[in-house]
Amino acid sequence: MSSVVLKRHSVLPGFGLTVGYTLLYLSLIVLLPLSTLAFKSSSLGFDAFWTTVSSARVVASYKLTFGASLAAATINAFFGLIVAWVLARYTFPGRRLVDAIVDLPFALPTAVAGIALTTLYSENGWLGAPLARMGVKVAFTPLGITLALTFIGLPFVVRTLQPVIDELDPELEEAAASLGASRAQTLFRVVLPALLPAWLTGFALAFARCLGEYGSVVFIAGNMPMRTEITPLLIITKLEQYDYPGATAIAVVMLVASFVLLLGINLLQSWSGRRLAA
Amino acid sequence: MKRRVLTEPKPVRVALILVSLAFLAVSLVLPLALVFVEAFSKGAAAYAAAIREPMALSALRLTLLTAAIAVPANLVFGLAASWAIAKFDFWGKNALITLIDLPFAVSPVISGMIFILLFGRLGTFGPFLQGHDIKIVFAIPGIVLATVFVTFPFVARELIPVMQASGSEEEEAARVLGASGWQLFWRVTLPNVKWGLLYGVILCNARAMGEFGAVSVVSGHIRGKTNTLPLHVEILYNEYQFQAAFAAASLLAFLALVTLLAKSFIEWQTGRRASAGSVENEA
Repeated sequence: MSSVVLKRHSVLPGFGLTVGYTLLYLSLIVLLPLSTLAFKSSSLGFDAFWTTVSSARVVASYKLTFGASLAAATINAFFGLIVAWVLARYTFPGRRLVDAIVDLPFALPTAVAGIALTTLYSENGWLGAPLARMGVKVAFTPLGITLALTFIGLPFVVRTLQPVIDELDPELEEAAASLGASRAQTLFRVVLPALLPAWLTGFALAFARCLGEYGSVVFIAGNMPMRTEITPLLIITKLEQYDYPGATAIAVVMLVASFVLLLGINLLQSWSGRRLAA
Repeated sequence: MKRRVLTEPKPVRVALILVSLAFLAVSLVLPLALVFVEAFSKGAAAYAAAIREPMALSALRLTLLTAAIAVPANLVFGLAASWAIAKFDFWGKNALITLIDLPFAVSPVISGMIFILLFGRLGTFGPFLQGHDIKIVFAIPGIVLATVFVTFPFVARELIPVMQASGSEEEEAARVLGASGWQLFWRVTLPNVKWGLLYGVILCNARAMGEFGAVSVVSGHIRGKTNTLPLHVEILYNEYQFQAAFAAASLLAFLALVTLLAKSFIEWQTGRRASAGSVENEA
């Protein structure tokens, strides 16, 4: 609109003070510290950078982190859609309580989630023991990592879909029904396509969160190099060995991945906004 | 005329509700219940002993201190940023909003790491700090800085849309009637955005007290000195003191429950549901 104008004329005071303080605080707390990362990695040189990020142990951690995050986000997309639909459309006793519980992974500190999930799925845990009898080992395997990430990612899918389901125009469904579509046809041909952008956004948000997750995963992961070592842990290991350049190189790759995801999410959301407005 | 709302056949509805409840029970409620069961697995006396232990108390104190600095700092920032963004048009506003969200896109481990790169022994300011005998990382200032970084967007992100929605007409009227800047802020703006503000503060506080990854990187794990409650939980757990670890964890789980309760209360007060906007809060 008028973004070319430096500042719209306003009778309200405080523009200089608040913009000035916002920029100063943002620069000191966020921009300056983050720029150190770019600065340190550029001083590394391309060869050293490439040697670090393409070493076998680092690549194994990327594969594990991306693979488990993808699997967890997929599980969340499936169950998240059902949970969001149930919460938005159906009434049943305790619905408000269930609705509040969905946010638990946002509110529960990750370290607490981490030790609780590890104990739950350990070989003599509430769920780990029956699973072990069936020959499924969860704790200290990639499966355990995936389950921990599923815990962390769930609210993203539910909370992105819920308001969109609320705002779906019921006339669309009525029109489909009056034209002779069965309920299943209406759901799969009319409702689901309308939810697709929000569904993908929720999936991508959950995936992005899982990529960087540390606290809830590190306890259940087992942390064996090449097998169950996630990338954030590898960064910490390098830092503890005072290998700052190595840690920086790995971190830059992770950061670029999350920024690319963030960009994708923004594009998805503008697509979603257009779909809703149409 | 009341229209019949279209819905699925009853067996499908019941099945979907049951699938949802079962999934949430296994993936969310079970881990939460386990924290309290394990915490009291050796009785109330052992629970009380684990919580009153000096290390636990000093970790609790550091957690409270960290939140007491990080939350007000980001609260003041959130008010300034949302005032500037909601009440004025200026060049680069959308870029500014994106930059405010930046810490949500950064892994907690990387959030801690950037402060090591700045203030660590081999960091940018390392030699200077050592020369003047100032400790930032592996000390309390580092923990506070990392916490301020990871909780940076919470208040601003909640306040910006609320302040935009409440518009500027009331403030402009107050201004025309002769109110000073502070008067219109305290008497007009603040009452209008109080629930949004509280919502942001509650989420900010929960993250500040519960942050683990970033704080773990900068803390140096010095017992009784640089341990926050989540780090204390980690140490006890790694030392196989499971009951004590879960006792300390139960305090944090209780905080999470209070947070959810307060969040639901505000949503009920304002008639809003957790919106898509608040989802990316924690992204």
